[in-house]
Amino acid sequence: MPLNKSKKKTPMPAQKPEVRRRNFNEVALGYTEEDAVNEAQRCLQCKKPGCIQGCPVQVQIPQFIKRIAERDFDGAIKVIKETNSLPAVCGRVCPQEEQCEQRCVVGKMGEPVGIGRLERFAADWERAKGVQVPDLPAKLSKKVAIIGSGPASLTCAGDLAKLGYDVTVFEAFHKPGGVLVYGIPEFRLPKAIVQEEVEFIKKLGVEVRTDMVMGKVLTVDDLFDMGYEAVFIGTGAGLPKFMGIPGENYLGVYSANEFLTRINLMKAYSFPETDTPIKVGKKVAVVGGGNVAMDSARSALRMGADEVHIVYRRSEEEMPARQEEFENAREEGIIFDFLTNPVQIIGDEKGWVKGMECIRMELAEPDASGRRRPVPVKGSEFTMDVDTVVIAIGTGPNPLLIKATEGLELTKHGYIAADENGKTSREGVWAGGDIVTGAATVILAMGAGKKAAKSIHEYLQSKK
Amino acid sequence: MFKILEKRDLAPSIKLFVMDAPLVAKKARPGQFVILRIKEGGERIPLTIADYDAEKGTVTVVFQEVGKTTRELGTLKAGDFIQDFVGPLGVPVEFPHHKKVLGVGGGLGVAPLYPKLKMLHEQGVEVVSIIGAKTADMLIFEDEMKAVSDRLYVCTDDGSKGRHGFVTVVLKELLEQGEKFDEIIIIGPPILMKIGAEITRPYGIPTMVSLNPIMVDGTGMCGGCRVSVGEEIKFACVDGPAFDGHKVDFDELMKRLATYRDEEKISLERFHGSHECKLTEQIKGADSDAVK
Repeated sequence: MPLNKSKKKTPMPAQKPEVRRRNFNEVALGYTEEDAVNEAQRCLQCKKPGCIQGCPVQVQIPQFIKRIAERDFDGAIKVIKETNSLPAVCGRVCPQEEQCEQRCVVGKMGEPVGIGRLERFAADWERAKGVQVPDLPAKLSKKVAIIGSGPASLTCAGDLAKLGYDVTVFEAFHKPGGVLVYGIPEFRLPKAIVQEEVEFIKKLGVEVRTDMVMGKVLTVDDLFDMGYEAVFIGTGAGLPKFMGIPGENYLGVYSANEFLTRINLMKAYSFPETDTPIKVGKKVAVVGGGNVAMDSARSALRMGADEVHIVYRRSEEEMPARQEEFENAREEGIIFDFLTNPVQIIGDEKGWVKGMECIRMELAEPDASGRRRPVPVKGSEFTMDVDTVVIAIGTGPNPLLIKATEGLELTKHGYIAADENGKTSREGVWAGGDIVTGAATVILAMGAGKKAAKSIHEYLQSKK
Repeated sequence: MFKILEKRDLAPSIKLFVMDAPLVAKKARPGQFVILRIKEGGERIPLTIADYDAEKGTVTVVFQEVGKTTRELGTLKAGDFIQDFVGPLGVPVEFPHHKKVLGVGGGLGVAPLYPKLKMLHEQGVEVVSIIGAKTADMLIFEDEMKAVSDRLYVCTDDGSKGRHGFVTVVLKELLEQGEKFDEIIIIGPPILMKIGAEITRPYGIPTMVSLNPIMVDGTGMCGGCRVSVGEEIKFACVDGPAFDGHKVDFDELMKRLATYRDEEKISLERFHGSHECKLTEQIKGADSDAVK
């Protein structure tokens, strides 16, 4: 295998910033076969690969990359799918820079191997030719219920179906996919991909029931009464946090959840062809520094805002968003106001937002999170002239199902307490993803879904 | 898909659907609501459950044709299907120790008031009700309310039926006459609930209202339906929709309800446009004399 000694990743074609800032099409366009082979040849095929340790689901990274380098794309995707059931999603939204790629030896001398890009390539290559449904084992006639249909749930459902279980996924919304459809925007993760992943698990025999707000229409007890022998809860961290400052109920103030749900799930960008509206003004402030803040800001721009600010109370270094998303946002013209914290939102007589009063911050000693704590600079208040505010400061656990389920032990922050295999305090009930960890990444949720599936399998095998 | 089993015109622009929704019917309780979406691309709108029958597996909803979605809904007939019908959502209301309750319903608000009073009536509680509408033909659920009330007052704004005036006038009279209630439930347009709650406040009678803010998911996930109740911010979809009327900030609610007024107009005009086109085509196709 020839070695490509370039210190830089093979560039991935992408829409130009000045074009993409006004459309919802995917930003990154993906590798061609030549690009992929070229990039795969940068991999040193380490004897003790660090990259695998950096992957929450332990994809056999050097193996699949070797196959791409040998143009055995079929083989490559097979290797990936042994451990990762959603590679087209992960290749796009995983924070590879702090996982696999962070530990890549090539990265010590230059840029690491573009593992995420290669994973995406292999997944897209397979999608283009049509995904093969694997041979399924004989049915075990044992029913498992999965609550929620985000990455943790889809992974858990897929793994259990492959083992022969009779799996039903219950989704509250009218469309399955969880945060992959309501949260992550089209320009980062095309909805068609999520749809294909859902179709794939349906082909594995999983039944997907939408419009099922669990805890309301059915409870966990109902599920056991209906003959389900195990339940996996993957309902995510869907409760929006507000800042608790005056003016948050003015018209034009959105939680990021509402803002993104209207745009992504309800397709407000097609209004009035579709029926759900959204109000995005001329000057938008997004409060927060995570990926959701980046997604909100970039969506606001695409909805036609003239000027979009990200208002973040710490500095660039502490910002939790992925570097790539930050760079994309900046290229598109998002303005970053670091060390700035909102104090109150100002409204007009009709209740519409007309400004946001902020205060400058400076960084003091590190706090419990290890990041330097932001403290206000006395007398530095100023007013931003904005007409829309999106609050993207995080989410909490949605209590709806938890309240309706007896015997579930919770953490002090209200998340479901579960062991490393997702087992909860209640027999026959597992949980995983953001409802256990708090808002985290797609891949961590998938890892949790995977472990839970294995644990559920062991439980149901020992039960008979 | 959810089938419309029965459709009734209750009043000009107010329609009733009996929906085939066994799972919703099984869990539904007074005070709860559903979210429906007519078809792909449609918006999700909350509607209060006006009645339910767990045995038959049916849920009754009542709606007024005001915006695009409710007008489109109004064009559907018995036998047609609705894409999504989600529920029951919200917190059921409970009145464990009441002996006498007053229900006040204005306009469409009579529909969500009905199941609460029906439950109270079945519990043996004395029920007094005041219902009203703009005109006699806009009045809904009169027979149903009569059946669950020990005493029923009917009002119309124009005097075409019952008392001439608003329901709040009768409410005020009853309280001034010294009649006592364990609780008063007021449901109707926000302005009616606001005025009603102000009338009951000096008497210190617990006053329940049911709010109808803009919602998307109905599961506590978007926060779009947030309302100020006392010092707290509540989500009407999961903390309500029933709240203490003496604590609700109705002015804020009314402002927030106007968020999408411009968009609602655009949507409605577009809907009328497409419907008028169809109508013109039909007319063109018909006998030209009939058009004249």
